[in-house]
Amino acid sequence: MRVLTGNDLPTGDVVWWTGSGWSRHIEDACDVADQGESIAHAEQGARRVNVPYVIDATLTADGPRPAHIKDRIRALGPTVRADLTLKPADPNAGSWVI
Amino acid sequence: MYKYDQYDQQIVDTRVEEFRDQVKRRLAGQITEDQFKPLRLMNGLYLQLHAYMLRVAIPYGTLDSRQMRMLAHIARKYDRDYGHFTTRQNLQFNWIKLEDAPDILAELATVEMHAIQTSGNCIRNISSDQYAGAAADEVTDPRVWAELLRQWSTFHPEFTYLPRKFKIAVIGADEDRAAMRLHDIGIQMVRRDGELGGKIFVGGGMGRTPMISHEIRDFVGSDDLLSYLEACLRVYNRYGRRDNIYKARIKILLHEIGPDEYRRQVEEEFVAVKALGLDPPKAEFDRITAFFADPGFEPEAPEAIDRSDPDFALWVDQNTAAHKQPGYAIVTISLKPTGGIPGDATSAQIDLMADLGERYSFDELRVTHAQNIVLPHVRKADLYTIWQQLDAAGLAPANLDLISDIIACPGLDYCSLANARSIPLAQKITERFADPARQRDIGELKLKISGCINACGHHHAGHIGILGVDKKGVENYQLSLGGSGAEDVSLAKITGPGFDEDGVVDAVEKVTEVYLAQREGGERFLDTYRRIGMEPFKEALYG
Repeated sequence: MRVLTGNDLPTGDVVWWTGSGWSRHIEDACDVADQGESIAHAEQGARRVNVPYVIDATLTADGPRPAHIKDRIRALGPTVRADLTLKPADPNAGSWVI
Repeated sequence: MYKYDQYDQQIVDTRVEEFRDQVKRRLAGQITEDQFKPLRLMNGLYLQLHAYMLRVAIPYGTLDSRQMRMLAHIARKYDRDYGHFTTRQNLQFNWIKLEDAPDILAELATVEMHAIQTSGNCIRNISSDQYAGAAADEVTDPRVWAELLRQWSTFHPEFTYLPRKFKIAVIGADEDRAAMRLHDIGIQMVRRDGELGGKIFVGGGMGRTPMISHEIRDFVGSDDLLSYLEACLRVYNRYGRRDNIYKARIKILLHEIGPDEYRRQVEEEFVAVKALGLDPPKAEFDRITAFFADPGFEPEAPEAIDRSDPDFALWVDQNTAAHKQPGYAIVTISLKPTGGIPGDATSAQIDLMADLGERYSFDELRVTHAQNIVLPHVRKADLYTIWQQLDAAGLAPANLDLISDIIACPGLDYCSLANARSIPLAQKITERFADPARQRDIGELKLKISGCINACGHHHAGHIGILGVDKKGVENYQLSLGGSGAEDVSLAKITGPGFDEDGVVDAVEKVTEVYLAQREGGERFLDTYRRIGMEPFKEALYG
């Protein structure tokens, strides 16, 4: 699958296209197929996202998982401080990242 | 240390308001990201892997307690309660919101700080010796010159859009503690026949094409120094390549035309520049110099140190250096605990270091390119109480220049340019070598890790260097040996095929074992490597 990601303009937070808006959680990401570029163009123009781009991902039972390690780290947070990730209370949250 | 005059303060305040308007227009959609990006970068604001990152300039690594506390305040109020001290003697906040950036810069401006010259193709924040003004081996305080260069370079109209970024280091001693020879321009202040001047080196750098700088002039009198640097920059600005970002640094220009031809052109330009009267009048130079006068040292400060606490004694031996003033010492606070993140400090730790600097070091602190903090002027009689407070805050690893005093860039955990993670590697190596006695037995060993070819972790200059690469989507690490950023400067050489994360930790251990087995007398790791060469290490790694 292909998912669309970018950064929230005012906060810089990593966000993922859900099909109807943007979420901070990769699990909410949808398959944009070949529509990624056009969605990105429209959303960036409306200032709902900053520097969007499309990446490859795999759909798993737990949701989409980016193909490349950089995007996986980006999806959850630094691997070296669980407290700074999106799931600070879950010590196993990063098991799929590396 | 230097204090802003009305002009310094005005240009910083004006810049903050200018940026506030630019951010407002960006958030309102009046300018695009393509238009905004160069503007935010000129104010130190990057968009990194997880968020905006703000790089705050710490000119020549010198700051006072008020400024240090402001960094802690910003970390606490706008970020996630910590900051990252960098190999450029700056500090980075990793979780900044664009909408907060103008307020942060405004708060920084209240303590004479900013984020100017921390990005873009300009002359970057000038770096220097963290022991400046305190070192026993110093000819002169290089910060006077670094400050002069700061004032000259900030918003220099000719040099705001250079072919590429430009880094200058100034030192004032034979011992190079600032990796001076690996800068675009390195200046070593020297005396010749009683006259003060600079030895000028040009064309050094790390990155994808590491090069050691060439000596371009063995002596430029202090009255000519600024004009000479102007000439050096002008020649680069005129002939440096703008068609290929990877060939745009001045080191490539020198490589292509040769140092002799570059020197010839600089000397010719210097004649023209000198006539412009750029060098500061004596009164202005004296004004700057006065800010760097010695603090009021106690003339009869006691030399004796009570070494009855063995842990304290080890810390004194490892983390203090000789001071020019009897009864005083230079203290390095290590930000490299076992399993820690090199260069990171919490708000509370930053506040504590500020308190110690204010109370025990004439209100001065320094940031080192090795990502540690220095208290430059400490009475030996105060060392024990300082150590106790540092130890209670996790800031007393006795490991300066040992294998666990690792330089590491943020790597793939934070940086959008990185190909591999650096920090976990540093953590694993410090855990592998956690035994302090083992570290001391190995002795001085500078291990440096970069997460990509841009070499922010200075791996080319590591006695042991590690470069993280992306090998078909998997992290892989190249090991290199024999680099040095010191006065015995050299570039490390790759050992051979790379390793995975655990494999490179094992490889580091094997390399140290070869050294321990082969060393003679008081040789450091680097000395042994230079004597026996690469082969015994390769044999141990791949044989």
